[in-house]
Amino acid sequence: MQLLWLIPALPLLGFIILVLTRGQMARQSARLVGVGSIALSAAVTLLVASDFYAQNQSQLGFTLELWQWMSAADFNAGFSLYLDGLSLSMLFVITGVGTLIHWYASGYMWDDPDYSRFFAYMNLFVAAMLMLVLADNLVLLFLGWEGVGVCSFLLIGFWYKDPANGYAARKAFIVTRAGDTAFAIGLFLLFKELGSLHIQDLLQLAQIEFSVGANTPTLIAALLLGGAVGKSAQLPLQTWLPDAMAGPTPVSALIHAATMVTAGVYLIARCHSIFLQAPDILLLVALIGLATLLIAGFSALNQNDIKRVLAYSTMSQIGYMFFALGVGAWSESIFHLMTHALFKALLFMTAGSIILALHHEQDIRAMGGLRKQLPVPFWCFLIGTACLVALPPTSGFVSKEAILNASWQLPIYGPWLWAGGVFGACLTALYSFRLIFMVFGGESTCQPEEPKGWQFHPPLLILAVLSLFGGLLVLPAGAVLPASPDGHAPLLAELIAIGLPLLGIGLAYQIYSRGQWQQLRHAPRLSHWFEQGWGFDSLYQRLLVQPLLALSKINKNDIIDQMPIQLALVSSRLFTIFSRMQNGQLRIYVASMTAAAILIIALTVTL
Amino acid sequence: MQLLGILISLLAGGLLALLCDRYASAAARWISLTSLLIATVLWLPLWPQAGADASTWLIHTDTVWVQRFGIHILLATDAIGSILIGLTLLLGYIALLSSWGEIKHRVGLFYLNLLFTLAGVIGVFSAMDLFLFFVFWEVMLVPMFLIISIWGHENRRYAALKFFIYTQASSLLMLAAMLTLVLLHYQQTGLLTFSWFALTQTDTDSTIGWWLMLGFYVAFLVKLPGIPVHNWLPDAHTQAPTPGSILLAGILLKTGAYGLLRFVFPLFPQAAAEFAPIAITLGVISILYAAKLAFAQSDLKRLIAYTSISHMGFVSLGIFAWNSLSLQGTMIQMIAHGLSSAALFAIAGLLQQRLHSRDLNRMGGLWQLAPKLSAFTMLFSLAALGLPGLGNFVGEFVVLLGSFQVYPWATAIAALGMVLAPVYALFILQKGFFGPPNELVQNGVADLSARELLMLGILAVGLIILGFWPNLILDLSAAPIHHLLQRGG
Repeated sequence: MQLLWLIPALPLLGFIILVLTRGQMARQSARLVGVGSIALSAAVTLLVASDFYAQNQSQLGFTLELWQWMSAADFNAGFSLYLDGLSLSMLFVITGVGTLIHWYASGYMWDDPDYSRFFAYMNLFVAAMLMLVLADNLVLLFLGWEGVGVCSFLLIGFWYKDPANGYAARKAFIVTRAGDTAFAIGLFLLFKELGSLHIQDLLQLAQIEFSVGANTPTLIAALLLGGAVGKSAQLPLQTWLPDAMAGPTPVSALIHAATMVTAGVYLIARCHSIFLQAPDILLLVALIGLATLLIAGFSALNQNDIKRVLAYSTMSQIGYMFFALGVGAWSESIFHLMTHALFKALLFMTAGSIILALHHEQDIRAMGGLRKQLPVPFWCFLIGTACLVALPPTSGFVSKEAILNASWQLPIYGPWLWAGGVFGACLTALYSFRLIFMVFGGESTCQPEEPKGWQFHPPLLILAVLSLFGGLLVLPAGAVLPASPDGHAPLLAELIAIGLPLLGIGLAYQIYSRGQWQQLRHAPRLSHWFEQGWGFDSLYQRLLVQPLLALSKINKNDIIDQMPIQLALVSSRLFTIFSRMQNGQLRIYVASMTAAAILIIALTVTL
Repeated sequence: MQLLGILISLLAGGLLALLCDRYASAAARWISLTSLLIATVLWLPLWPQAGADASTWLIHTDTVWVQRFGIHILLATDAIGSILIGLTLLLGYIALLSSWGEIKHRVGLFYLNLLFTLAGVIGVFSAMDLFLFFVFWEVMLVPMFLIISIWGHENRRYAALKFFIYTQASSLLMLAAMLTLVLLHYQQTGLLTFSWFALTQTDTDSTIGWWLMLGFYVAFLVKLPGIPVHNWLPDAHTQAPTPGSILLAGILLKTGAYGLLRFVFPLFPQAAAEFAPIAITLGVISILYAAKLAFAQSDLKRLIAYTSISHMGFVSLGIFAWNSLSLQGTMIQMIAHGLSSAALFAIAGLLQQRLHSRDLNRMGGLWQLAPKLSAFTMLFSLAALGLPGLGNFVGEFVVLLGSFQVYPWATAIAALGMVLAPVYALFILQKGFFGPPNELVQNGVADLSARELLMLGILAVGLIILGFWPNLILDLSAAPIHHLLQRGG
């Protein structure tokens, strides 16, 4: 386990090598460095994991102190890594799925002139993400947290020549930064109240020092939640994710589906005992999750860009994870995080293959009939969608059923939340199979050229197998997190939960198969509103962006600068006035002297 | 004696550069480099040891200057002074490197001014006699005034004059306060002295102490600068030649922070503590207001100038929160801002040399043409927006962490600067470096030369070291800050 530091260090080394060679390296070597570093990191993860299982039966956390990072007065933050079941689960996801996506990306990006820069950013991202999950204190976690944000910015704007991509990148960074600010203030408050930012200390101190439902833990949990909703694109900071699809597709798969966007879920799970002291906030987490998953579902139903459908679907699935956290299904949430990473990476990468095959066409209205022409992507996409829709026995079914089941157990609100979650599942089925029918069903209208070769099919097939059978995996996260509610939902409820997605598929078949969607004109306004993400973008635009821009335009020249300018102006005016008096005309001098003398005498007499 | 040696080597180097210039044009540069090297060698033994006794002064030179008024040449530094002197010398090299290609006329006179500015700043960081401090305060002002007004850009006269009037008017206040303080001390003890060590024992808990504190505060706030007396800075920075901007942003602003730290609290503990809420409010306003102004600018140097004001707001906040955490953070913030703002101004200078413009709206697409320059700009912009792993983050984070303990609301509002910072930092990248190539860069742009690479590389490495190993500084500054806290109540 002493090798733990190698896991984030190897991708970082990859980044450094790629940066220092400044794209001078041959494409093949850049590929070797870029993909190899992640693969090695995955291999070390396996080594460390086998050590972790073998050496400690009780699965206690293991801390590896690298160096003292900052210490001032009574504040102390080490550059220290912490490994326990939860971080190990995340390591599996990041290095495992990360390797497959890098592998795929090495083919996907092959023709790009900035091949080496792409892998430099990707490697830096993985390093930062690994620091995020391995950090033993919240400051170091924040380092990873901001690091992944910057890499996301760089990769969304990777094709920098188009200003639209730059806009999407900045939007993603700034919106998430708003959440990060709440997170940072949460850290200050935590330190003020508990005197430490070391996660394991905090988890214990929170239980001792805070009483359940008191103001302080509620405020702290709310601030941490602010960070989480920003990073994970949940209400009300969700608007950046659909635009983030401007980045290359492997980026969407890695950052905006499998890893970074789930960091918020990880943060809440990591700080679980703080959230347990704030039951109101925990309920809020569930409600935010539920609202996001429904809103995103409706939006996904009305998108025509294949990547934007998937983006909204990611938002919606992370909504399920938040929902799970809120209802106390902690390990189920992490489990869904893992299965979602598998099947959503699969969906994105398959979508990438389709997009390449169609020469960068992303509009699903221009697709159709690809089932026969692109058999491998078709089957992969179908498997991914089956997981997304939670059809038994896929991994998605296992994880989503567990979440819904847990939500039923919650006192008072339980069945209501459950009903919302089940309705969301039906919605998921509807928009997912809309995609399937529109892309693969009907008559073919185009001539795709599928990218083939060892960089395209193998990673897809591996992920497809993992997505199908991932439900059998057992994650070590359970040992760290609080136990989930016991018991089962009634049989009828379970049957409904299984049945409703099927209903959604049927509905999708009715509406969207055989190209009937072209005649559809149901409520165009509503559908446009859904497509635009429920108007959040224009609301923020009017409420925040435009006033701020207007304000800064008005005051571009800094009103305070008028102070010295006016002072200078007044003194130069006074100067002109007084200098006129000194004009060399004796009679004026005499006249004014006399006038002044009379005035003074008059004043003295009257007073 | 090392401190005196450093000062003499810089002053003598300046004079020699002026004299030799008429014989060989390159001589002035090499003489300046040599005198900086000598100064550095003399400084090296001053690098403090971690965990030293809090009351230790690393060096102490004391000679009588004016017997009658008790004025001494009293030079001393603790770790705070030594670290800042180190920063000054480092940025001296950077300014020298950036001037190497840029300054072409009156080279000798330029280096005289450059070295005199450095000497003035180092004097400020080491003078513990208040009168001597004031002398150095003026010594650094005049050569900087000349640098702006002789080698500056199109509107240099106006900018230089504004700079001079702001600084001079406020230092007059400080002089008056200083003399009153000395008389107050004389009244209390019958001893006429300008020594910091003696004057910090003066009882200043009266109303008059409050006014004296204000005199010092205003002088330092102008230098920092803080709102509402910041207006000289955007003009001075925009018009100054690149080495001037580097020195101005990198170290001259730090003299204001140093003054607040060394004089305002230790001399007037009571008054400063009472005044702290106002100063903190001004600091928070500086952070947000200047950040907002920054992203309205399209002149690159003006934009960076406003970010400086915003970042120095954190220094105000950290100092007036006056606890060891916030002060430690302030030290890091000062160094990090010194490096990152110097780097950004250096880059603005490189762009101006290549494009003959500072207008961001006419740049664009530089990434393709000058990848090395662009990568460095990205790094320093990320530093400016407070990315963890670079020095500025550590500074801001520790300052906020410390000040939150005392002023939670003000700190929470100040933290909103975290959202505004990326708006301007990413704006620089988007406008200048991303997008399609714009009109100014149509004819191609040269990437970094070896000299420029060295200059930016040093600053980048410094920021990364500070970001990952800030304890190198924090361990050193802990003891003297503890000492200051005891004096400053």
